[in-house]
Amino acid sequence: MSFLSYLINGLSLGSVYAIIALGYTMVYGIAKMLNFAHGDVIMVGGYAALTMMLATGTNPLIAVVVAIVVCTVLGVVIERIAYRPLREAASPLAVLITAIGVSYFLQNIVLLIFGSSPKNFQSVVLLPDLKLAGGALIITGEAIVTIISCIVIMIVLTAFINKTKAGQAMLAVSEDKGAARLMGINVDRTIALTFAIGSGLAALAGVLLCSAYPSLSPYTGSMPGIKAFVAAVFGGIGSIPGAMVGGILLGIIEILGKAYISSQLADAIVFAVLIVVLLVKPTGLFGKKIQEKV
Amino acid sequence: MKSWNKNFKSNCITYGIVIAAFLAVSALESTGNLSSLLKGLLVPLCVYVILAVSLNLVVGISGELSLGHAGFMCVGAFASAFFSKAALGAIPNDGLRFFLAILIGAAFAAVFGVLIGIPVLRLRGDYLAIVTLAFGEIIKNVINTFYIGMDSKGFHFSMKDQFSMGMEPTGTMLLSGPQGITGIPKNSTFFIGILLVLVTLFIVLNLIDSRDGRAIKAIRDNRIAAESVGINITKYKLMAFTVSAALAGVAGALYSHNLATLQASKFNFNTSILALVFVVLGGIGNIRGSVIAAVVLTALPELLRSLSDYRMLIYSIVLIAMMLFNWAPRALEWRERYLGRFFKKSVKEGK
Repeated sequence: MSFLSYLINGLSLGSVYAIIALGYTMVYGIAKMLNFAHGDVIMVGGYAALTMMLATGTNPLIAVVVAIVVCTVLGVVIERIAYRPLREAASPLAVLITAIGVSYFLQNIVLLIFGSSPKNFQSVVLLPDLKLAGGALIITGEAIVTIISCIVIMIVLTAFINKTKAGQAMLAVSEDKGAARLMGINVDRTIALTFAIGSGLAALAGVLLCSAYPSLSPYTGSMPGIKAFVAAVFGGIGSIPGAMVGGILLGIIEILGKAYISSQLADAIVFAVLIVVLLVKPTGLFGKKIQEKV
Repeated sequence: MKSWNKNFKSNCITYGIVIAAFLAVSALESTGNLSSLLKGLLVPLCVYVILAVSLNLVVGISGELSLGHAGFMCVGAFASAFFSKAALGAIPNDGLRFFLAILIGAAFAAVFGVLIGIPVLRLRGDYLAIVTLAFGEIIKNVINTFYIGMDSKGFHFSMKDQFSMGMEPTGTMLLSGPQGITGIPKNSTFFIGILLVLVTLFIVLNLIDSRDGRAIKAIRDNRIAAESVGINITKYKLMAFTVSAALAGVAGALYSHNLATLQASKFNFNTSILALVFVVLGGIGNIRGSVIAAVVLTALPELLRSLSDYRMLIYSIVLIAMMLFNWAPRALEWRERYLGRFFKKSVKEGK
């Protein structure tokens, strides 16, 4: 029974990773950049929701919506100020370093406003815990909500990309920016939209993560950010189902590794699995193989 | 021949800058004009310069993005500090012991460079980057679980805690998990640091201008073309990667002998990123740029210390602004138009 409860914990953590990884992978697919500030957007989302709940005492659901709006705007602003000017830069490393600068900036501005001591996060989930098998297996409300939101997001996002015009534009831009522009697609706006969606998802992931692990500090986002990045690569960066599968697998491996092998080595195990996967499949589980032209 | 002369001149300028900096600092020190804050910064400056130069060999010359450079520094730091502590009684001469410790740090880091390089260099681009990141994190996590002690019977090792090793009560702990190594002899001095910086520069600059270095650059510029003229891709990539790892190990050795306690958690992802920031801001592939960027960016947060809480915020804003100013095509255009005389060269190099 304990295995089952670990599995559900892993599934729940993995769903959070998956939601973050979706943002990573969409941004990578379209802008071809590793957005290292993504993890810190998660943290900002957490603080936004916390502030709403503490200061105004509003309903947690409203707090979640506010957090999503704040992060969506933040994502678009970051893209406009810091990333867009560097899109045509000579080296792709330039925008990577700028993203790191943005990450430091977000961490330090939150540090200045809220202080460095961890804040106690109040869960936004109102659902009671589910007790199965006479109380031997407890599934927390947070886990249920997280897993369900992950599935819903996956379905909505897939439908959005395949069925709507804006989604098709995203696909086109990620294939070939120049050709997309010739087809009358507004590339700048499409990329901004991608950042908006990715950051909105990050806010949601942040709120869910803090509900399950109720402690929030300016550095809360960095490790989940890296893990989600790993998850995105694991599944094949740029691939949406890949990010989903990668995130969930990563969460399960991490929790099972913590439970059965060593809690100190859990991160090392996650990374070791990633290395093995990449050595067998060099572009991740669902990654496209790129043929090199001579 | 002409280009060789040009390289030679440029290299001499780089060495000259380092030596001039050393002389200037020494002069300040002997006249007592050096603040204690700056004094404490001298060895770390050398550490980060070595780290940045070694990373530039991988990122700039070999053209592979590495996000796990702190891992090699970690290996070098722990191997050398471990040796220094274990040999504290056996080799009483500080200079000799530190010299051996640096060699051991470099050798261990080089071995890890080969071990990690063989699988990693099969991958490309961002996938390669994430695997180096993963290895860096693994090294840090694994060292965190090591407990090693020494008593009259020899070494004891455990991955659980220090009591399960069955060590005699008189034995000493050399490495105790997350607490790391304590009581490392403080052998690092600014003079040794500068010597190591010069050695590093000598190795890297000569490698770049050698036949091997040209092969490495050829692979970076066009892998297929390089392969078709008979360059052994794996060999040269591994060479750059290993030399870089060994030099990072040297940086680690210098770093660890400047501290009383050494903990693996110091060598996290942020340290790797810091080194990468030096390389990119100093100019990818530009060794002198790495030296200057490492010095400026290490000193900047310390010099901003009077601003206390705001210093890292200002640091991040400066970082973003410098990146935009140096790399954004519109900014480069603007610079060419208005400041053309000063920046002509860097604009050309931008491509």
